[in-house]
Amino acid sequence: MKLKTRKRLYEELEDLKSKTMKMGSLVAAAVEEAVESLVRRNVRLAKKVIKEDDKIDNLELEIENKCMHIIALQQPVAKDLRLIGSCFKIITDLERVGDRAVDIASLTIEFAGRPLVKPLVDIPRMAELAVGMLRDSMRAFKEEDSLLAQGLGERDDEVDRLAHQVTRELFSYLIEDPKKISDAVRLILVASFLERIADHATNIGERVIYVEKGKRVKIN
Amino acid sequence: MAILISLSITGYLLFYIISNGARIISWDFLTKPPTSGMTAGGIFPAIVGTLLLVTLAIAVSLPLGLISAIYLVEYSSKESRFVRLVELAVYSLNGIPSIVFGLFGLAFFVKFLGLGTSLLSASLTLSLMIFPTIIVTSVEALKSVPDHFREASLALGATKGQTIVKVVLPAAFPGIITGSILGVGRAAGETAPILFTGAVFYMRGLPTSIFDPVMALPFHLFVLGTEHPNISKVEPIQYGTALVLLLLVLLISLVAVVIRHWYRRKRRW
Amino acid sequence: MKIKLQTKKLNVWYGGIHVVRDFTIKIPEKRITAVIGPSGCGKSTFLKALNRMVELVPGARVSGKVILDVKNIYGKDVDETEIRWKIGMVFQKPNPFPKSIYENVAYGPRIHGMAGKEKLRRIVEESLRKAALWEEVKDRLNVSALELSGGQQQRLCIARTLAVNPEVILMDEPCSALDPIATTKIEDLLFELKKNYTIVIVTHNLQQAARVSDYTAFMYMGELIEYGRTEEIFERPKNKKTQDYVMGRFG
Repeated sequence: MKLKTRKRLYEELEDLKSKTMKMGSLVAAAVEEAVESLVRRNVRLAKKVIKEDDKIDNLELEIENKCMHIIALQQPVAKDLRLIGSCFKIITDLERVGDRAVDIASLTIEFAGRPLVKPLVDIPRMAELAVGMLRDSMRAFKEEDSLLAQGLGERDDEVDRLAHQVTRELFSYLIEDPKKISDAVRLILVASFLERIADHATNIGERVIYVEKGKRVKIN
Repeated sequence: MAILISLSITGYLLFYIISNGARIISWDFLTKPPTSGMTAGGIFPAIVGTLLLVTLAIAVSLPLGLISAIYLVEYSSKESRFVRLVELAVYSLNGIPSIVFGLFGLAFFVKFLGLGTSLLSASLTLSLMIFPTIIVTSVEALKSVPDHFREASLALGATKGQTIVKVVLPAAFPGIITGSILGVGRAAGETAPILFTGAVFYMRGLPTSIFDPVMALPFHLFVLGTEHPNISKVEPIQYGTALVLLLLVLLISLVAVVIRHWYRRKRRW
Repeated sequence: MKIKLQTKKLNVWYGGIHVVRDFTIKIPEKRITAVIGPSGCGKSTFLKALNRMVELVPGARVSGKVILDVKNIYGKDVDETEIRWKIGMVFQKPNPFPKSIYENVAYGPRIHGMAGKEKLRRIVEESLRKAALWEEVKDRLNVSALELSGGQQQRLCIARTLAVNPEVILMDEPCSALDPIATTKIEDLLFELKKNYTIVIVTHNLQQAARVSDYTAFMYMGELIEYGRTEEIFERPKNKKTQDYVMGRFG
């Protein structure tokens, strides 16, 4: 619903939202590429993910400045203020997700060349869910959709379940063949990173509900 | 109590004149000249004379008075000594008895300028008499126009002259008109200024140029009441003349009041 | 950034009182520049000096230069009435003439002989549209301007100023006599107007200066203390006095 007055504030808020959306999509792409680089053992792709993290960090700074700017100059209140406060936190979550993507990509580089200890099934499945949650959380943010945000909880449970499953499986491999310990541990780390990513997405969902309703609701 | 007294005196006065004069008012009375030594006929020439005198008087004093008022309010500094001197002069002029104006008119217009006993001399004398009234009311009207209108006009790039003509005068217009009408009312009713300068008791027909003398209502009344040989016969005419004059002045004042009322309703600043 | 208006060591005295001191500033084109400062710091006087309206105050004296584009408006061969429509002014208390809405807007162009009847009608409509007032008054242009609400009257004054096609618009606390909604409408209007006009606004309302302006000048006791982009002034002012003032510590 377009506001009829306070055009300048309205334009600034739209700009803020679109920058935040951009950060979200950069981060989601980073996670996808990081996992893909792991699955296909594409070291070049992994290096790209690591390099592009700078863009994400710069964008976080830019958005933070913009938030400060709007608060200082436009005196936002109520929903507008909640939006800005939430943006501060959302970009932190997104930046962390970006760091996790970098971590996954780094592990790809460490694996380089060696065959994987087991074919990856659950991890791509977890990645698909986590990236889906991330993208949906940003969509909920854009469309102020609390219901969509709330629905993230279910997938988060699924991601947690998969994480436990992967961990158990990898432990059993470990016990079988102690020489594969470092690789197995690395994969356990990837699973835990993806679990963290899913958690960040639910955090973002909680922020979305806060903006729309003014209440804090736990999703995961 | 005091109000009651003054109201009752006024009331009695009106009543007296109306009752005595009403019976003689007729269309003929108002439109025909007097006949048979003023004992019969109408007062038409006197009415016309009064109207002519008053019109000429205002035609002279309004422009002069207005221009002076504009100078005093818009162009001179509020503290200047000159302005205060002028204000003093104007207020004093206002208080001078009308007979003095009459004598001055006689000496200056009639004799010195050689204009003779004429419509011109008489109306010039009258215009001098109402000049202070015009100035004072115009100054008030101009002062009552708030400064922020002038500011707005100047901020749009208008010159001072344009501002005065296009903003201040239109806004002050009703006040100026009211003042003029009051001046007119006063001029219509005065006898002394026209006594020596232009009024005659009787003349044939109407004046044909401004150098001719005129008949006038107040003068007519004066003579009828004091010098006419046959006083009892002209008594009704006296009252009739008085009534007409009274009604004329009342009408003029009423117009002024109506304008002032309409003006107060319209103005919103 | 093109500079539209600048002052060089501008000084104004009212009689013996030195109200504006050595004020040097560059005002960029098609932006909104706010002048803030505590009461009595001279900001209104400064504004009036920008279009020579200060000369109307008895006892006022000006030194220094005010340069519009390249010309000093206080120069010897300059006609101050021409300056005043090029640099228009909107006042604190709305002051439409006691005439019809149409006549108010047409006043300026008429005075300057700018248009014939048909063109005048178009100028009036265009100015009222630019001032976001057309829709509200288009059916009653002959009604007295004094019947409009305060906010509408102020927009009418803006339309009146726009009708003479100024290059710069000066505003002296334009919203201080208005309610919050009327104020917001005018602020939105300014946001649109700055696309075509250079605007200088004096305000004692810090939040308004923050919301509306691109550049802010902080004035104190007649002097320019700090001048910069508005976000700098409100987020990271360089001068302590500026910081104290915007934080509300004094004034």
